Amino acid sequence: MTADVIFCVLAVVSVGAAAAMIVSKNQGHNALFLVLCFSALGGIFGLLGAPFAAAVQILVYAGAIMVLFIFVVMMVDPRAGIPPERRRRAKLLGVGMGVVLLFELGVAAWGWLGKTASPVPPAGGPAGTPIAVGRLLFSEYVYPFEITSVLILAALVGAVVLGKKEESEP
Amino acid sequence: MTTVAVVGLSIVLFVLGTIAFIVKRDLLTQFMAVEIMLNAANLAFLGLARGSGRLDAQVIVFFVMTVAAAEAAVGLAIVLHIYRRKKSIKTEDLDRLRG
Repeated sequence: MTADVIFCVLAVVSVGAAAAMIVSKNQGHNALFLVLCFSALGGIFGLLGAPFAAAVQILVYAGAIMVLFIFVVMMVDPRAGIPPERRRRAKLLGVGMGVVLLFELGVAAWGWLGKTASPVPPAGGPAGTPIAVGRLLFSEYVYPFEITSVLILAALVGAVVLGKKEESEP
Repeated sequence: MTTVAVVGLSIVLFVLGTIAFIVKRDLLTQFMAVEIMLNAANLAFLGLARGSGRLDAQVIVFFVMTVAAAEAAVGLAIVLHIYRRKKSIKTEDLDRLRG
């Protein structure tokens, strides 16, 4: 099946990009790896029958948010001092905690999926067309949608205030 | 492409994001790690809702992305603010609250 092959390729790309982000030390490269990861995830969203989410993923995440990130990467000084040898302990701790978390999530998901999920959901349910999503968004979820717009406005004002150059800072 | 595979990919991405958040020592990359975790959650939503015929998952994913955009805007402004004051975005330099 071609969908399975595409899913595997995109999954490997996204996981590889996320892993490369851990290994790489350059923040600009990190941002570009993140763009790659998000684009692959957008493809997976499309494969899962969610074209609206896929488009928003590419436009908002891989586009808008990452442009913001790259702006900030260009504004700050990337070559700050390499921290001392405490790094190694933190690295070991991080990887160890990651393994524990992976184990826990795996156990939880395994128990839950084994109990409830039917083996393979029948493909070909109604595809989530943007028309249907929009209708749902503006009927049942209209209050959360409006509250979200207030949140965006607040974030906008907050970002402007925080990003302003302060003249009379002591 | 079973549900298990999608949820497994979501778990792996979430764990990678967590590891990146702990291992990395600069605020920007830690921010990016948070974005990876949010995306893993979105992937789990879509993977579990697939085939059920309901579209609520896509709406929730939309909300998650909106909140993530707001969070990125404010968070990056805070990072810039910290950089202006401290001339550094390494977490080692932000230890004023250390006892």
